[in-house]
Amino acid sequence: MNKRPFLALFVAPATLAAIASAAALAAILQYAFRAYVPGSLNPGGLTLDNFFALLRPLYAQVFIQTVWICLLTALITLVVAYPLAYALVRTRNVTLKSFLLITAVTPLFLGEVVRTYSWIIVLGNTGFINSVLKGLGLIDRPIQMMFTTFGVVTALVHVTLPVMVIMLSAALSHIDRDYEKAATSLGAGPVKAFLTVTLPLSMPGVVAGVSTAFAWTFSAFATPQMIGGGKVSMISTLVYQLGFASFNFPFAAALSVTGLALTFAVLAMAKQAIKPLEKIGAH
Amino acid sequence: MSAPRKRLISAKAGERILAIAGWSAVWLVVAFIILPAVVVGISAFNDRAILSFPPQAWSTRWFARAFSYRDFSEGFRNGLIITAFASSIALVVGAGFAFALDRYSFRGKMALEAVLTSPLVIPHFTIGLGFLILAAQIHATRTFALVIVCHVVLVLPFVMRSVYVSLRNLDSRLELAAASLGARPGRALFTVTLPLLIPGLFSGWLFAAILSFNEFTASLFVTAQATQTLPVAMYNYVREYADPTLAALSVIYIVVTALVLTIANAFLGLGKVLNVEHVR
Repeated sequence: MNKRPFLALFVAPATLAAIASAAALAAILQYAFRAYVPGSLNPGGLTLDNFFALLRPLYAQVFIQTVWICLLTALITLVVAYPLAYALVRTRNVTLKSFLLITAVTPLFLGEVVRTYSWIIVLGNTGFINSVLKGLGLIDRPIQMMFTTFGVVTALVHVTLPVMVIMLSAALSHIDRDYEKAATSLGAGPVKAFLTVTLPLSMPGVVAGVSTAFAWTFSAFATPQMIGGGKVSMISTLVYQLGFASFNFPFAAALSVTGLALTFAVLAMAKQAIKPLEKIGAH
Repeated sequence: MSAPRKRLISAKAGERILAIAGWSAVWLVVAFIILPAVVVGISAFNDRAILSFPPQAWSTRWFARAFSYRDFSEGFRNGLIITAFASSIALVVGAGFAFALDRYSFRGKMALEAVLTSPLVIPHFTIGLGFLILAAQIHATRTFALVIVCHVVLVLPFVMRSVYVSLRNLDSRLELAAASLGARPGRALFTVTLPLLIPGLFSGWLFAAILSFNEFTASLFVTAQATQTLPVAMYNYVREYADPTLAALSVIYIVVTALVLTIANAFLGLGKVLNVEHVR
């Protein structure tokens, strides 16, 4: 009898999908090494110029700014998400748990455009925050929040929050509470028990959450595009601009490839960091 | 505000303060999450054609405009077509592969899994650009097929994970019982395994459908005027107009999504589905 019935039937469609996705990546990789022919959509011969062009201060600066925004967003998201994830996992109130879960997760499914648009109304010069501050008599002139790194990061924290909450909750829900009980019965206060037991045990989730938030922020386009408004550039907005404003697809491809390498490097480092952390929880 | 009951009983003042501080932090975060939705909800009923706060007069005319604006209705229709195809194809492909992943070992298994889950970490603008260049290389135009293939690749990891998790939780003794009672593999698959997988299949399909319908960045690269989806139409609207029409549409979006998720939570247990969604 066939030990693996239907194997080909199950794997063949997936193989086709994998080929499509690999072909798309191969297409980018190939374009990254082709010359840009102004005025033509077809690329020229093989060259490394696209990668040398990345070293120009203008582009190098966008790279640095992107990494800075991603780091800032990932760390702030961690601090904001942790209390929510903790409450979500630990509350015994079923209604409250559902409410917290739906609140945390719904934004994930709204898409970037709706959420970013909402933040424009919150942060704009005639928006919510400025109107409230003005109404309270705290300011005369509106505080500029649109087109600033502050505005972009605030909205990006909102965008990456759901994923962080999901990852932290997953890690927290897998912690055996007996460890904490042992700590408290040995005389540790709740703060000490949290800092010495719960927090270290949740570190794999923290690292996974921060690295994923980094990758998501890196991937974000609508938020830096709409709130940054050209004043705050990230690699994603630059790739779009190069592709659709100057039709320089080879350079856009080179930028994407370099960005992808950066993402993979960050994720690989996070994976290495998680390894020893998981050993702490293993015994 | 309900502090955990255990703490109230042990009633040390320090612990009370800690619980209050903790819950205040939680509610502050909840406020941060909800704030934009509330603000957009108020703005949607602003009578003035310029977004300003607080509204001086109220109106529902932006909702009417959101429904009558052609690009939105066409984007909605295009989105439904793309989502229906993309999520259903992803369901068939992803469920089959998750089954093979769970049950069999075969050559290239790890490589195939790595390629198929990679869209989780590859930026959407990179995937969109890749498919755009690929289409140009094979001299294809920006048709529905291109958008659908791109969306299938994007949502596949979510379907795979959802089905894989339900396969893991499946009691394989039920299949053994069917086999020992003489059912052929095909019969066991269709009468035992598949019915037991229905919740996992449905939640995988639902996630795929919601994500596909709302996908923006990759869609911006691979859609053309004739195939643009609702998020792309919305993005183009903001670049041209500053009136609250988009606020009205956002309100509808938020309400519908929250409703779908609340229903999904009641029937599928969102916590169960999402709790396993951590990368190892």
